[in-house]
Formats: sequence, C-alpha cells, structure tokens
Amino acid sequence: MRRARVRATVATALAVAVAASGCGGGDSPGGGGSGTSGTVTVFAAASLTESFTRIGDDFEAANPGTTVVFNFGGSSGLATQINEGAPADVFAAAAPRNMATVTDAGNADGTPSVFARNQLVIAVARGNPRGIRGLADLTRPGTAVAVCAEQVPCGAAARTALDAASVDLTPVTLEQDVKGALAKVRLGEVDAALVYRTDAAAADDDVSAVEFPESARAVNDYPIVALADAPNPAGARAFVAYVRSDAGRAVLTGAGFQTP
Amino acid sequence: MTATRDAPPAAPAVRRTPSRRTRIPLPLLLPAALGLLFLVLPLGGLLVRTPWSTLPQRLTEPGALTALRLSLQTATLATGLCLLLGVPLAWLLARVEFPGRRIVRALVTVPLVLPPVVGGVALLLVFGRRGLLGGWLDATFGITLPFTTAGVVLAEAFVAMPFLVIAVEGALRAADPRYEEAAATLGAGRWTTFTRVTLPLVAPGLAAGAVLCWARALGEFGATITFAGNYPGRTQTMPLAVYLALETDLEAAIVLSVVLLAVSVTILAALRDRWISAP
Repeated sequence: MRRARVRATVATALAVAVAASGCGGGDSPGGGGSGTSGTVTVFAAASLTESFTRIGDDFEAANPGTTVVFNFGGSSGLATQINEGAPADVFAAAAPRNMATVTDAGNADGTPSVFARNQLVIAVARGNPRGIRGLADLTRPGTAVAVCAEQVPCGAAARTALDAASVDLTPVTLEQDVKGALAKVRLGEVDAALVYRTDAAAADDDVSAVEFPESARAVNDYPIVALADAPNPAGARAFVAYVRSDAGRAVLTGAGFQTP
Repeated sequence: MTATRDAPPAAPAVRRTPSRRTRIPLPLLLPAALGLLFLVLPLGGLLVRTPWSTLPQRLTEPGALTALRLSLQTATLATGLCLLLGVPLAWLLARVEFPGRRIVRALVTVPLVLPPVVGGVALLLVFGRRGLLGGWLDATFGITLPFTTAGVVLAEAFVAMPFLVIAVEGALRAADPRYEEAAATLGAGRWTTFTRVTLPLVAPGLAAGAVLCWARALGEFGATITFAGNYPGRTQTMPLAVYLALETDLEAAIVLSVVLLAVSVTILAALRDRWISAP
C-alpha cells in the first residue's frame, strides 16, 4: 500500500503555537505542554473516511490524551447537523458550497481554508470486465451506473462532468454519498459508479479506476474550518492545523488527493 | 438522572385528583410522564418548525407528490404480499404442531430486530445481480430486482411481514378452536373452515396486523435505500426523499416529514375504533 509508508511526525510544537495564538479559555482547560486535550469531534465528508481516520490516529499519537471522534457523511447533511446544533469541533466538507452553508449561518470560527482537492473517476469492477473507457461508455444499453445525488458534492461534480462531456446518462440510483455509490460497485449491483479518485484507490481490492478527461472540469475543493460553537476550541484549531501540516498533507496525497 | 431534583414544582399537579383517589405512585407517574413527553415532544418540534405558510405550494411540488404516491403504492403492495404469505405462515405457527416450530417462530421475528440496513444487504446478497437467487432470476427470466419498484416492495415486505405474522398468530391463538372443530364436524373441509370460520374470527387481529405492517412499510428506509437505491419516481419513497432533502433544504425535509406523519396518524386514527381497539 502506498499509504502505508506515510508515517506522521510529531507536531506538538505546531499544536502549541496554534493553541497559544487562539482564544484562551473554552470549557476544556488544556493540560500544559501539548495545548490540546480531551475529545475533538470532527464532522468530515464521507470521501475523507480513510485519510482522516489515519490523520486522526497520527494526531492522537502526537497529542497524548487527545481523542479524535469522527462523524463521516454526506457534506450537506453534516452541514445541516452542524447548523442544527450538533456538538462538533471541526467541519471538513467536500465542496465550498456545503461549507458556505455553515459559514453563512455564522457557525465557523474564522475563514475556511482549502486543504485538498479531489477528482472523479469511473469506478468499475476490478479488471474492468466491461471495457469502460470513458463517460460515453456508461450510456451503453445494459450498463447500470450509480451516481451520487446532485445534492451532495460528488453528485454535483458528476453533473458538471457529464454536462462537460455532453453525455446524457440515466443512472439506476442516486446515492446519498460517495461511499454508497462505491458500495454498489463492490457488491456488483452496478457496472460503474462516478466516485472520487481517492475512494476508488481506497477500494482497490475490489474496483479499478478509469480516469476520464472531463473530470478536470469538476475538481472539488475541500475546505476545513474550526467551528464557532466548538466544545473544544483549542483541540479544533490544533486538528485543523495538523491536517494542513506536512504530516497531514502527506497522508492526503498518499490517499490520492491533490493538496494546494 | 439528576433531573428528578427539579421534581417539586410538578408535585402539586399529582395530587389534584381528590375525588377518584387512584393514588398513582409518583415513581411510576414521573417516568410515565417523561416517557410520554419523550415520544410526543419531537413530533411537536416538527410541527413547530413546519413552514405552514408555504406548505401548500411545497406539497404540490412534483417531487413531493411523486414520492408520496410511490410510498403509498409500495406500502400497499408490500402489505398485500405480506398478507398473501404471512397469514398462512401465522396459521401454520398457531395451528400446526411441527418439530422446530419455536425455531421457525424465532426466525420469523428476526427481521423485526435486525437493523434494516443489514436486511437490505442481506436482500442484495440473495436477490442482487450476483445473489444466490438473483443471478438465476436474471439469467432465466431476465428479472432484476435491485433498483426497481418491485425491489422497494420486496424490501418493505421483508421488514414489515413479522408485524403481520405476530399479530395474526396472536389472534389465532386467542380464537376459540372449538368453532373450527364444530365446522369440521358439520362437514366443512379444512379450506372452507379456514376461509369461512377462522378468517372472520381473527378479522380484527388481521386488520390490526395489516395496518401495523402497512405503517412499517410506509416508513421503511434502511433496507429500501440499500437494496433498491434511490431514484425519483422509481425507488425514491418518502423517507428517502426526506433524507435527501435534509442534504440541502431543511424546510423541504420538514414538510415531507409532516406529510408522512399526517398520513400515518390519519390511517391509524381512522382504523383505530373499528379494528385496533383492544377487545
């Protein structure tokens, strides 16, 4: 595995710097040295599942006494949950539009920053038995395709890419998040799904990824921000900083993301 | 719970039934009231947040109506399927002694306690394109069930049937078997006895079971989205529409939820007096 060689380095100094520059107080009196402690709750897009789980482990190792809890899901649903008062510290979305939902409601602490970019690929059964080479092949009769619903970022990106290619595709299902679409390929229930490159890479035991040129027209920016009502503000800022650090970026690029 | 420390303000209300003197013990009344509140409050919250002014126009949006129609159709078809298969199964469990009956009864109730998503995955593994039966169905008859309306019906029936079987079996056990014996001594065959004596005898239980089954099918989400996917007009039922609307438009999600709530409550209320009331 490519990702396996990526081993994070301790970023305690960075965490201290961030905690020191951040607002004091909060209801978690951080214990001395590392500046962070307690639980950091991170709401993150489903497509970040593998890379953020890994980053979370590294962050915990770098900040003893800190626990990272994740809530992975469709970005827009997560945004709704945050605006409805879910106790989250950090929000990482798969598209600026979903981040805007949170910032417009005044729930972000500071300005979100883009920490990763992702592109779509066509996920097919391993070895590509149907010989799918591009978006146009998805409209062949008898080809069942899963696409994300347009309400979630991977669906919006798919719509952009299909429009750019002038392909009129009728999928069999509009999945709620990218993992749902990928699962249908892994189960063999569909012949192809439009998913992120990173999701296809994470499932490379079961699926192969077919790159297609139009995906360059639908690149997703992933913004991250600490939240205004974070129960653990110091932890929130430290986690955001860690994701953007060299160690965090190394994990993300290892997973197939581009980093700015 | 530390909340019980706040109990005193509620206490006077407890003692205000001097005439009847039923003396409901406080340790029962308090949790009972909390339990009621717990069940009713979220529904109240839904109604409070409902955008009543824009409700009519939101309801007539084609997406909402399509999902509602599909939900009503599939729930009704699923109930029909459950009646067709579930009533004989309930009769078998109630009336016939056979080895392993207790195991069969336990198996019937498994979908009741199984997380619906797990049910959906299980259905895929059997009826999916690569499933145990699905592959054969596809190759022999060209039938594929996932991502079709039939698939929605199947998923709903899988989750809802135990409700019907349990209700009907209970009714059959409660029914006096001597009526059936009398019919038999008067020369009625087994099938005639079943249709002319047994079924009318358990009609209230049957109806209650069917209503429960229908309501469960109407609310089905996990198995449906896993097995049948989500496509407007074909497999996107109301609960799926609610979930998807939640992604972008909280108000739309609330409106759809209120509709679903209204439909369920109306059906339950309309049928309550006639069939569901306890004998």
